[in-house]
Amino acid sequence: MIKSIIKYIKEVLGGLKSLLKGMRVTGYYISHPKEIITQQYPENKDTLKMFDRFRGEVILLHDENNEHRCTGCTACEVACPNGSIEIISERVLNPETGKKKKEIDKFIYHLSMCTMCNLCIESCPTDAIKMGRNFEHAVFDRSLLTSVLNRPGSKLAPGVED
Amino acid sequence: MSTEVVNEIKEQEYFINMGPQHPSTHGVLRLLLSLDGEIIKNVEPHLGYIHRSIEKMCEKDTYKMIVHLTDRMDYLSCHMNNEAVCLAVEKGIELEVSDRVKVIRTIMSELTRLSSHQLWWGVMGMDLGAITSFLYGFRDREMIIDIFEETCGARLTMNYNVPGGVMFDIPNNFQKRVKEFIIYFKKKLPEYDDLLSNNVIFKARTEGVGILSKEDAISYGVTGPSGRASGFSCDIRKQHPYSAYDRVDFKEILYSEGDCFARYKARIDEMWESMFIIEQLIDNIPEGSARETTRAVIKLPKGEFYQKVETARGEFGVYIISDGKKSPYRLKFRSPGFSTLNALNTMAKGSKIADLVAIMSTIDLVIPDIDR
Ligand code: SF4
Ligand code: SF4
Repeated sequence: MIKSIIKYIKEVLGGLKSLLKGMRVTGYYISHPKEIITQQYPENKDTLKMFDRFRGEVILLHDENNEHRCTGCTACEVACPNGSIEIISERVLNPETGKKKKEIDKFIYHLSMCTMCNLCIESCPTDAIKMGRNFEHAVFDRSLLTSVLNRPGSKLAPGVED
Repeated sequence: MSTEVVNEIKEQEYFINMGPQHPSTHGVLRLLLSLDGEIIKNVEPHLGYIHRSIEKMCEKDTYKMIVHLTDRMDYLSCHMNNEAVCLAVEKGIELEVSDRVKVIRTIMSELTRLSSHQLWWGVMGMDLGAITSFLYGFRDREMIIDIFEETCGARLTMNYNVPGGVMFDIPNNFQKRVKEFIIYFKKKLPEYDDLLSNNVIFKARTEGVGILSKEDAISYGVTGPSGRASGFSCDIRKQHPYSAYDRVDFKEILYSEGDCFARYKARIDEMWESMFIIEQLIDNIPEGSARETTRAVIKLPKGEFYQKVETARGEFGVYIISDGKKSPYRLKFRSPGFSTLNALNTMAKGSKIADLVAIMSTIDLVIPDIDR
């Protein structure tokens, strides 16, 4: 009888001790605010920098002369697992050589279907596309997620051959 | 009411749906419970709420595309899933990857295992009513996720392994960051014990609850930490070493009790072992190419290829039947969660509904892995 009472009291005290141990951990963090790692997004937007490799969206690179490097070879379109890229190209007469040459008309990108898998970037022979670091894609209408990546009036950079 | 009617009502089982929208099922899993009062008589899982027919989709995809679909099955061990597909494809095209790739893959897999167990620990505490642990688990996981983000460019669905190697070489400060993490986490893991493992309420709710015998574990095919907590030695890393597991020294965690607490302890101990494995590898990553060149469209020869790996939840297998084309004729995934879920009825029979929550969290289900 006495034994069981002692065992019971021991259990209660042991349980209390284990609870206090847990409370000690919590107490430590209350008294050490430096250990808190929470980031205040979006307040820290100006200082928030994503890593270089972060995959947020596919972008078509343009240089300062509004020239891109996409030849319209559709390698990325084929490599994409879910049809997020559509290339519409046309044959344009080159006045210098007098030959017809393929040029992209529209580089359509459906962000809503893209899984950010990086396969299109890898397949591009001319490094025309890249993963962008923007991750704030929320919009009110789904159709806004489809965009034409080549800027109006942009041309193929000279010297890029497929 | 006459006594007959009352007796009949007393004898009747009654049914209750747990899920598909229930916070403790961690996803859209529906359990049909038949109850006698609060005692569970039978648990019947109903699947299909997030079926995406990934296996069928694989039949039209090239082998490079298949890798990124496996991210979407067990998203907490996506790196190991990727690795399994890559190893199977490499088997098919008889490509031997460099030592550098093997070591990088092993380190990444162990980091994934750590992050998965950290998340599980946090969520397990929350299921049993301790929100604090959820925040602590996520705090430590964040460091690993940052390493992944810097290395792979993504935080959850990494798609880092490709047939022939890894997509990018590791960044310059990868080793530094991983070492920092190991030092940090070695200090923080004992906190987990203080907060939860030794907590009297937690122990009362897990010890002796949901016992799975070794025989049942084997016959249901319960693998991973859940199987090893029942004494079933099933660690693929030990028994069929792949990547760099044959050159590291680690213990296979085995418990014999088979209850919730044993499964809990098995995972906590596995975290220590994972850190031990990473420590052995991180300082001597061999030089070499991070990626062998493969053909743009990989074609596997006719035949069958199987590769299994140890994910954070158990044995994950990829079985490819190829007819020589650019996509498989048939592809089958053996996912650990599916087998583990089958044993739920055996574990939960005769216990209370509240215990079912504890059992569910200790077998660590990821629903997209079961329902793919
Ligand atoms: S990142 Fe992947 S899904 Fe997105 S467009 Fe490129 S290939 Fe397609
Ligand atoms: S692979 Fe490159 S060059 Fe070819 S269409 Fe795509 S972006 Fe243009």
